[in-house]
Amino acid sequence: MSTKNWPLWEIFVRSKNGLEHRHFGSLHAADADMALENARDVYTRRNEGVSIWVVESKHITASNPENNGELFEPAQDKVYRHPTFYDVPDEVKHM
Amino acid sequence: MSEDQIKNLEAQFEARIERDEKIEPKDWMPEKYRKTHIRQISQHAHSEIVGMLPEGNWITRAPSLRRKVALLAKVQDEAGHGLYLYSACETLGVSRDELYEQLHTGKAKYSSIFNYPALTWADMGAIGWLVDGAAIINQVPLCNTSFGPYARAMIRVCKEESFHQRQGFEIMLKLANGTPEQKEMAQDALNRWWWPSLMMLGPTDDKSVHTAQSMKWKLKRKTNDELRQQFIDQTVPQADVLGLTIPDPDLKWNEDRKSYDFGEIDWDEFWQVVKGHGPMNKERMKARVGAWERGKWVRDAAMAYAEKKQARKEKQAV
Repeated sequence: MSTKNWPLWEIFVRSKNGLEHRHFGSLHAADADMALENARDVYTRRNEGVSIWVVESKHITASNPENNGELFEPAQDKVYRHPTFYDVPDEVKHM
Repeated sequence: MSEDQIKNLEAQFEARIERDEKIEPKDWMPEKYRKTHIRQISQHAHSEIVGMLPEGNWITRAPSLRRKVALLAKVQDEAGHGLYLYSACETLGVSRDELYEQLHTGKAKYSSIFNYPALTWADMGAIGWLVDGAAIINQVPLCNTSFGPYARAMIRVCKEESFHQRQGFEIMLKLANGTPEQKEMAQDALNRWWWPSLMMLGPTDDKSVHTAQSMKWKLKRKTNDELRQQFIDQTVPQADVLGLTIPDPDLKWNEDRKSYDFGEIDWDEFWQVVKGHGPMNKERMKARVGAWERGKWVRDAAMAYAEKKQARKEKQAV
């Protein structure tokens, strides 16, 4: 008998207010509510979080590392986006 | 891809690991790297899951509430560690179902230490102290391994594991300082768990087939024999604190090596247990497969309920 398996969910946890949600890992659950409850038990057994997001893994679109060259290349020659690109005399303070 | 192209990719790949760069799931990797990692990470996950069985039996028999909550928390951690590792393994393109299937049909291995019985309460002490102690020695270097998801899972596991060893040692300490019968029980547990714990660190270097490749991929940072020596050197003084005797007449401090010499390990026993002839192999698999099968209706019902809720939501939206 083949019944459907529980889908995979990606788990994001905010460890405390003021910090962003961070990817903690993944788990299987029948639905979003169960994913939240399982995430509580799997990833926050020691008060690691104050907020949990769950996203079904299939909804995540990821860039392909094989295309990293053309994807990230445009930023490589733009040194003028960094403060150190600009010449300022030493006697100028607070800049 | 031509053979030359693959060779080139492999060389670049090895160089990345050499530079301590991490490999992430979607990166190109040699097929052998993928397969070796699926094997090792899943074995590790299976060991956490089967590792719950010898202890689970003692939760309702713990001698006090303090011991009971601690043991329960430890077993829950093991379930959690199994889950971290299974999901790390799944990032390599294998499904959870395939992994369970491999465990349940005996195709995949798990740590052979769990094929020994936990006969008395002192075994809960010895397992925490020795088995988790040896596991920590194995696992700490893996926090730096080359495959990102495995390394991240191991960091979490190692953080949580040190309480396991301490709670075990505390049980031993209490028994060792208790009545003569309690002390005897602690000594008996040490006698039975000592040698299997040494075997847990794997075959001797000359018999270990994967060592060279695993070192290169940082799946291993030290050889089995180095890890075993480290375990012995740190555990012997702990046994002294307990006032218990390590069951090895050849155990002796070697001043030149600044390490303990130790007696011969019975590797025949090790291979027998690995091949499925340990005292509890059949029992463990029966318990594990039974739990999986008895839980099937729950998994199915949860899925059916989720689908029903989803359908209702979609109907309301129309």
